[in-house]
Amino acid sequence: MLGKSQKAAHLAEEITDYTVIQGRSLWQDARMRFVRNKAAMASVFVLGLIVLFTIIGPYFAAWSNEEIDWNVMGDVRGMGMPSIETGHYFGVDDLGRDLYSRVIQATTTSLLVGLIGAATALIVGTCYGIAAGYIGGRTDNAMMRFVDILLAIPATLIIILLLVVAGRSFFMLFIALGAVGWLTMARIVRGQTLTLKNREFIEAARAAGVSEFTIMYRHILPNLLGVVIVYASLLVPEMILTESFISFLGLGISEPYTSLGRLIAEGAGTMGYGTLWQLLYPLTFYVAIIITMFFIGDGLRDALDPKDR
Amino acid sequence: MLAYSLRRLLIAIPTILLLIVACFFLMHVAPGGPFTSERPLPPQVLANIEARYGLDQPLWKQLWDYLYNIVVHFDFGPSFKFKDRDVNDIIAQGFPISLTYGSLSFLVATAVGVSLGIAAAIKHNSWIDYFAVGLGIAAQALPNFIMGPILILTFTLWLGWLPGGGWNGGQWQYLVMPVIALATSYMGSIARITRSSMLEVLNSNFIRTARAKGLPTRTVIWRHALKPTLLPVVSYLGPVFVYVLTGSVFVDIYFSTGGLGQAYVGSALSRDYAVLLGVTILYGALTVVVNLLTDLAYAWFDPKIRY
Repeated sequence: MLGKSQKAAHLAEEITDYTVIQGRSLWQDARMRFVRNKAAMASVFVLGLIVLFTIIGPYFAAWSNEEIDWNVMGDVRGMGMPSIETGHYFGVDDLGRDLYSRVIQATTTSLLVGLIGAATALIVGTCYGIAAGYIGGRTDNAMMRFVDILLAIPATLIIILLLVVAGRSFFMLFIALGAVGWLTMARIVRGQTLTLKNREFIEAARAAGVSEFTIMYRHILPNLLGVVIVYASLLVPEMILTESFISFLGLGISEPYTSLGRLIAEGAGTMGYGTLWQLLYPLTFYVAIIITMFFIGDGLRDALDPKDR
Repeated sequence: MLAYSLRRLLIAIPTILLLIVACFFLMHVAPGGPFTSERPLPPQVLANIEARYGLDQPLWKQLWDYLYNIVVHFDFGPSFKFKDRDVNDIIAQGFPISLTYGSLSFLVATAVGVSLGIAAAIKHNSWIDYFAVGLGIAAQALPNFIMGPILILTFTLWLGWLPGGGWNGGQWQYLVMPVIALATSYMGSIARITRSSMLEVLNSNFIRTARAKGLPTRTVIWRHALKPTLLPVVSYLGPVFVYVLTGSVFVDIYFSTGGLGQAYVGSALSRDYAVLLGVTILYGALTVVVNLLTDLAYAWFDPKIRY
């Protein structure tokens, strides 16, 4: 009979046995590229360890960050060094406070500052950029001119100015960092919106009677997300850097709160007395955070924006 | 080109004016002032002091006088804190110092960063490349206020080679550490930008053509690849200059070089608004001018840009 031979059956099997090639979405593609990036994955791991440390570290602390160890205070150099017996795993600072707890507190602050500062910049900058780019025309011109003017003032000076004018507090610090961070974000988002808004699918949405706001929210925003995430991830270390710089000068967060920049400043002030651990512990955490953030940002950029290579 | 330069200049001027006005109002809505102290002054005395500095005038009048003095006489008014000095004196004393090591570190960062980046790109995937990339990343994570303590620890406390601070008329021993501290992280980013830009250029068609017609590698790189490579670097130099300016605030404090940064942070802490305002405006105006120069340089560098 026709087609009953072994060979034909085999052939038929081979022809019909195909698996549908699964399409990969942009995000799956990006995730694969990111996971394959060794430096970025290692950085995620290290950063995860640091975050974990700030969460469970306090349960192992023998001293709180505000207690002063009076026994040690008189002779910080001789008795305040890192040791397990006294419970000061990282030693004590110049006033006899436990450095272990202070480092945990400072790391938490710096990470929060980076995340919240970048998030503020992200939200404000994206809204502003989409609005300017989508509305276009004279409004766009005026809005971007305003951004240009603000960009002309050195960012650190604006932050110092704001902190001096409005008083130094946590809240103000976030506002000030967000206030300078959103400018570049707004520019990037506007540029992207300009190229997106003339594409066919936007036109189609408009023809279908979708409202302008919904177009911005449903159609433009998701297409911007890649660029926005990449830039935000690069913004986080920048925020931490700026905050530390300002805290180093003594203009940022004030006692009893502390940040890594402040601890490094204190450690740098006392390193001449032979209490080197006061500088090295915060410094190590700081450099580790910044380097891992850089690698993660780079990895995200390679993953989400492969053209850029 | 000329028309473009003029247009850019015309935008720069109102930008600086707006900057002055914005900073002025920001200062004046601030609660408390240089004359608020723990022991309140008698109201008559306070009124006298305020009259002396013109603070009793209506706000628009103050603003007008301030603007007028800056534009016509280039005078930023008297300092609120130091009775015998005005803002111009403070700037004239500190700015040359900040400018000296600022421009030096700018040059060092650019020269070292660009050469490192080019070397890495030419010897792509060799140990030179890996070394340069590693150095660039490490340098980027070491901003000035981290480099400062590390340098002092190494060169002053351990090796005892260099003085830990001071200016001493700009002798080279006093210059080394401020310049390195300020230059390192920007050197890192410049090296990375140069490297990726050079790699892109070396893979482009016109370089292949140049190679194909038998030009020696040296000529290919210097005559053909260098200029397009430097385009993105030039556009980054404007921001670097601004960072160097703000970074000098740290260097002045940490190395006690006596530059403008010390005056700036001092005035921020003592609410000497006149100095704060003057220095912010000076730096803002410098930034605008440098951005203008960067754009013009960019236009000169890149023949494709038409206005």
